[in-house]
Amino acid sequence: MFTFLGLGPLTWITFLPILGMIIILLIPSGEDDLAKAKSQNLYRWITVGVTFIQLVISIFLVLNFNLKFAGVNDPNSMQFVERANWIYLSGLPLLGNLKIQYFIGIDGISAPMVLLTTIVSFLATFASWNIKKSAKGYFSMYLLLVTGMMGVFVALDFFLFYVFWELMLLPMYFLIGIWGGANKEYAAIKFFLYTLFGSVFMLLVMIALYFAVGSFNMFDMMDFAKYSHSSILYGMGSNWRLIAFAALFVGFAIKVPSVPFHTWLPDAHVEAPTPISVILAGVLLKMGTYGMLRIAWPMFPDAVMYFQNWIAVIGLVSIVYGALCALGQFKFGKRDFKKLIAYSSVSHMGYVVLGMASMTTEGMVGAIFQMFNHGTITAMLFMIVGVIYDRAHTRGLDDFGGLANKMPVYTGIMTIAFFGAIGLPGLSGFVSEAMVFLGTFKTYPIYAMIAGSGIILGASYMLWALQKVFFGKLPERWSGPWDPTHKIYKTDDVNLVEKVALVPLVIIIIYLGINPNAMIGLMSNSVNHLIEFVKLSGQVAHL
Amino acid sequence: MTPEMLLNLSIVILLIPILDFAFLIFFGKKLGRASGFIGTSVLGIDLILALIVAFVRLTQYPNETMQQYKFDWINLGNTSVTLGIGIDNLTAIMLIVVTLISFLVHLFSMEYMREDSRFSRFYAYLGLFTFSMLGIVIANNFLNMFIFWELVGVSSYLLIGFWYEKDSAANAGKKAFIVNRIGDLGFLIGLMIIYSTYGTFIFEDVFGKIHAGILPFNSGFWLTLMGILVFGGAIGKSAQFPLHVWLPDAMEGPTPVSALIHAATMVAAGVYLTARVYPMFTADALLFIAYIGALTAFIAATIAITQVDFKRVLAYSTVSQLGYMVMGLGVGAFTSGFMHLVTHAWFKALLFLASGSVIHAMHHSMHKAHNHDMDPQDIRNMGGLRKTMPITYITFLFATIAISGIPFTSGFLSKDGILAGTLAFGELSGHWFIPIAGFGAAAITAFYMFRLTIIAFHGKPKTSIAEHTHENNGFITIPLIILAVLSLWFFYSMNPLNPDEGWFHQRTQAPQSAVPASLMWNFMNPEKEINANENINVSNNRLHTISNELNKTGIPAFLVTHTLVSQPKVETEFKETLHHAHVPAMILSLIVAISGIILSFVYYQFKVYDPDSIVNLYPWLYKGSFNKWFFDEIYQATFINGTIGLAKVGAWFDFNVIDGIVNFVAAIGRGLGHITGIFDFHIIDGLVNLSAKISGWLGTALRKPQSGTIQAYLVLTVLGLVVLILLFI
Repeated sequence: MFTFLGLGPLTWITFLPILGMIIILLIPSGEDDLAKAKSQNLYRWITVGVTFIQLVISIFLVLNFNLKFAGVNDPNSMQFVERANWIYLSGLPLLGNLKIQYFIGIDGISAPMVLLTTIVSFLATFASWNIKKSAKGYFSMYLLLVTGMMGVFVALDFFLFYVFWELMLLPMYFLIGIWGGANKEYAAIKFFLYTLFGSVFMLLVMIALYFAVGSFNMFDMMDFAKYSHSSILYGMGSNWRLIAFAALFVGFAIKVPSVPFHTWLPDAHVEAPTPISVILAGVLLKMGTYGMLRIAWPMFPDAVMYFQNWIAVIGLVSIVYGALCALGQFKFGKRDFKKLIAYSSVSHMGYVVLGMASMTTEGMVGAIFQMFNHGTITAMLFMIVGVIYDRAHTRGLDDFGGLANKMPVYTGIMTIAFFGAIGLPGLSGFVSEAMVFLGTFKTYPIYAMIAGSGIILGASYMLWALQKVFFGKLPERWSGPWDPTHKIYKTDDVNLVEKVALVPLVIIIIYLGINPNAMIGLMSNSVNHLIEFVKLSGQVAHL
Repeated sequence: MTPEMLLNLSIVILLIPILDFAFLIFFGKKLGRASGFIGTSVLGIDLILALIVAFVRLTQYPNETMQQYKFDWINLGNTSVTLGIGIDNLTAIMLIVVTLISFLVHLFSMEYMREDSRFSRFYAYLGLFTFSMLGIVIANNFLNMFIFWELVGVSSYLLIGFWYEKDSAANAGKKAFIVNRIGDLGFLIGLMIIYSTYGTFIFEDVFGKIHAGILPFNSGFWLTLMGILVFGGAIGKSAQFPLHVWLPDAMEGPTPVSALIHAATMVAAGVYLTARVYPMFTADALLFIAYIGALTAFIAATIAITQVDFKRVLAYSTVSQLGYMVMGLGVGAFTSGFMHLVTHAWFKALLFLASGSVIHAMHHSMHKAHNHDMDPQDIRNMGGLRKTMPITYITFLFATIAISGIPFTSGFLSKDGILAGTLAFGELSGHWFIPIAGFGAAAITAFYMFRLTIIAFHGKPKTSIAEHTHENNGFITIPLIILAVLSLWFFYSMNPLNPDEGWFHQRTQAPQSAVPASLMWNFMNPEKEINANENINVSNNRLHTISNELNKTGIPAFLVTHTLVSQPKVETEFKETLHHAHVPAMILSLIVAISGIILSFVYYQFKVYDPDSIVNLYPWLYKGSFNKWFFDEIYQATFINGTIGLAKVGAWFDFNVIDGIVNFVAAIGRGLGHITGIFDFHIIDGLVNLSAKISGWLGTALRKPQSGTIQAYLVLTVLGLVVLILLFI
C-alpha cells in the first residue's frame, strides 16, 4: 500500500480539492482590476494543479490496479482500501451502537469512474478559463464539487456515500445558480430539489438497511446472512424489499436521468456554464448508474431480478424517447444546442440502464464502458458548444452556418465528437453501444431491436445539427472576426487553452475505440463477479 | 511467399492509406498541391503491394480456404470478441479492384480537383475511404466488416458533402448516411442474432456452426431472417430497392468520388458482403435477395431512361447494375454475380471518370465564355463532343458497349452469366419474374446507355459551350484508357463467349452452402456427396509442384496454371441447368441488347421517331420515370414526416406534460407553502398575537383599578373585608 503523510492515494485523490479550496479561500481576491486578474489567474492555476495531481494519482491507481481482484461484495478484494472509525457512538437509545466508518476503496466498477472523474474535472478546468465573475467563489465551489464526486465513487460505507452524494449537491446548486445563464435560478432550484427528492428515498432505504445489519458497511448490507430477523428487509423477495429497491432505484434514476425523471437535465444543462455542463454530463450523471451497480444491484439482487424487465423498459424508453425529443428540438422549441445534447444524454444513458438490466457480461461491461465513453464524448460536446458560445454569445442552432470554413480545426474536432456520439466504429462510443446491443439481445431480443432505432435517430439529429452549424453559408454577422469589441480571440479558430481541453479527449475517444480492452480489462472481472452474485442470490430468492 | 507474409503484407496494404490520411490531415494544408502527388504515389505503392498479394494468392494458393489472422479484441473474462483479417480469392481480386480504381481516381483528381480550395483535404478523405474499403475487403468476420462498413459510410458522407457550402451537397451527404444507417440497423440486428447464437463473429466458425445444425432460436425462420437482416446492410450500401434513394443524390459529390465510391467500390461492398456470407443464406433468404435485386435492376433502369443529368443517368445505371449483381447472387449464379462486381467496377468507374472529363471540359469552356449559369452536367447542353473530345468519347463508348453486354467485352461475360442464372433459376423454381426483369432491364440498359452516348457525344453541339470544349490532359485521359482496356474480355477468359474456363471463374466458385439441406433449394443441394477434401488436397499438391517448377523457370504461373487445375466441383441440379441455360441466355441477351441499341439509334441518332411522341402517348409513364417513381416524395410523406411528427409530439409531450407534471408538483408545493404561510400568519401567529392581545386587554382592564390613590385602596380593602366576612359567617 502506498501512502503519503500516512494517507493512502484514495484519500489524497478525494480530499486534495478541499485542500485546494482552502488555499483559494485564503488568497485575497484583490481590490483593483489588476490584482483581481492576478488572483484570478492564481485560482485557475491552483485548480489546474490540484486536478492535475488527481489525474496523476488516478493514472497511478489504474496502473497499479490488480485486474484479478473482483471486489463488488467482497471487501477483501477491494483495492487501495482505507478504513478508519469515523462516528462511533454506543449505547444510544433506539439506535444502539452507531457505527460509521471512513471506508474507501475501489474495484473494477469504480476504477473507470475514478479515472473519468479526474480526466473530466481536469479538462473542465480549462473550459473554466474565462470565468470572470467572482473567480474565487467559482473555483472553490468547483473544487468542492470535485471532492463530492470523487467521494461518491470511492466510498464503501453507505453513510459516507450519502454524505458525499449530498455534498456534491451544494456546490452544484451555486455553480448553476450564480454562474448560469438567463434562467439560472429556476434551473438550479429544480436540480437541487429534484435530486434531493431522490436522495430522500435513498436515505430511507439506507436507514432501513442499517437497522437490518447494524452497520453502514456496504459489504454487510450485501451479506444476507447478516440481516436481523426482525428487520422489514429480512427475507429475500419480500414486498418490503421490492419497495425499498424501487425507492432506491427512483433515487438513482433521477440522477441518471431516466425517463420520466429526466426533465431537470435539459434545464440544468442549458443554464449551467460550460464547464459545469461538462461535469454534469461527464461525471454527475454516472453517479446514478454507478449507484445502481454499487448499491441497488448487489444489495437487492432479488428485486433486480424481479424488476429486470421493467428496468430494461425504462432504459429502452429513455433511448428512444430521448432521441426523439432531441430530434424534436428541430421542430419544437428554441433549437438550443445544449438542449439537443442534453436530450442526447438522456438517450445515451438509456443504453447504460438497458445494458445493466440485461444481466449479461457483454451488456454490463458495455454499460460501464458506455458510462465512461458518454462521459468523455459528451464532455467534449459541451466544451465544443462552449467554444462558440464564448465567441458568439449564442447557442441557437439557427444562428450559425458555414463555420467549417471559419474554424476548420474546430470543425474537425467537432466532427469526431459528433461521430463519437453517433457511435461510429473506430471511436469509443461504438464499442460500448455495440456491447450493450449484443448483451441485451441475449436477454431481451425485442428490446435490443427496438433500441437499435436509436442509432438511426441519433444519426439524424446529430448530422442535422452538424449541418446547421458547420455547413452551408456563413451568416453575414459572423463574417468578420468574433466579438470585434472585445478582441479576446486572436484567432477565429480554437485557441490553445481550448485545444488543451479538447485534444486529450479526442485521443482518448480514438484510442479506446481501437483498443477498448484497455478499459474493459479493468472491469470485466468485477462485472462477471457482480452478475454471478446477483443472479445467484436473486435466483435463490425466487425458489 | 508464406501465408504469414501474405497476411502481413495485406495489413501493410490496409494501413498505408490511413497513414496517408493522417499525414494529409495534419500537413496537407502546408503541402498544398504536393499532397496530391503524395496521395497518388502512396496509392501507387499500395496498388503494387496489392497486385503482389493478389498474384501470390491466386497462383500459389488458389484452392485453399481463407488464410487468416485472428486476435482477441475485447476480453470479457469468460468470453472474448475476436477480430481478424483473412485472404482468399475474393479478397485478392477485390484488393486489386479497390487499389487500382483508387489509384486511378487519385491520378484523375490531380487535374480534376486542381482548382479546389480544399485540395489536400480531398486527398486525405480519399485515403480514409481507401482504408475503410480495404478493411471491408480483408475482414474475416462480421464485426470487422461492420466496423469498416460504417467507416466507409463516413468517408462517403464526408466526400458527398465535400462542397458543403452547397445545401444540396450537405443534404445529400446526410441523406446517404441516414439511409445507410437504416440498412445498417438490419445488419446490426443480424450481428446480434449471430453473436447470441454462435458466440463468435468469425465467418468460418459461424458457417461451421450453422453446418453443424445450430440455428438461432432453433428455427429455420430465424436463420432466414438472420440472413435477410445481414443482407439489409447490403440493401443500404449497395443502394438496393427500397433504400436506393440516396445514391442518385450522392452525385452531388465531386465526380471522381462518384466514380470511386458511388459506382465502383463502396456501393459494391454490399454485393461483396452478400458474396462473403453466402453460405449462411437459406433458400428463402436467397429468394428474397433475388427479388430485391431484380426489382432494383428493373426499377432503376426505367428511371434512367428519362434523366437528363449526365451523372444521374449513370447513377441510376449503377443502381440497376448493382441490382443485377445482387440478383445474380440471389439466384445462385455466384461466380457471375461476383464477376459482374469486378467488371462493372472497371467500366462504371470509366463511365463516371469520362463524365467527369466531359464536365471538366464543359466547365472550362463555360469559364472561358464567362457563362456561369448553364448546367454543365445537363446532356441537353452537350452534343458533338465526339469531335472535340475523341479519347473521352472512345473510352466512353467502350464502357457503354460493355455495360450493354455485347460480346468481346467483360460486361458480356458477367452479365450473360447472371442472365443464364436467372433463366435456370426461373425454370427450376418457377419464379419467372426474375429472368423477365433481368432481360427487360438488359434491354433498357442498352437503350438508355446509347441514348446518353448519342445525345452527349453524337450529332451537332447543342450549345456553343459544347462546341468549344477540348480534350483533357493526361491525368484525365490515361485513367480512362487503362479502364477501357480493362473492360475487354481477355482479362477474365480467353474465350469471349464463355468465361467458364477462364481463371476468374475457376477461382471464384460458389462456396458450399452451410444451411441444412431442408432449408435450401433442392436443386442447389449436392446431388451426390463427393469427397471434396481429398480432391482439394490432391489438386493443391499438384498445383504446388507445378507452380514451384514454374517459378524456377521464371514463367509466370498465373497464366499457365489455370488450365491445368480442375476444381473439385459439387454437382447440383442448378449447375446442370445453368450449363444448359447458357446458350439460350446468350442468344436472348444479345437479342435484347441489340434491339435496345437499335431502338436508341432509331430515336436519338437517326430520329426516325420523335421520342416526345411516346411521352405524349403515355405522359404518366414519362412523369413517373422522370420523377423517379416518386420514391423521395413518398418517403418524405411517410417515414420522414412520420418520424419528425413523432419527434415533435415527443418534444411537446416532454415540455408540456412530463415537465408540466414536475412543475405542477412544484406548484403544488409552492401552493401548499402559500397556504401554510397564510395559516401560519393568520392562525398560528394570529393565535400568538391573540394571546398577546388578550393579555394586553387584560392588562388594560386590570390597570384601571390600579389608580395609585390610597383612599381608593382603603375603600376596596374595606369592601373586600366585608365580602369575606359575609362569605365566611
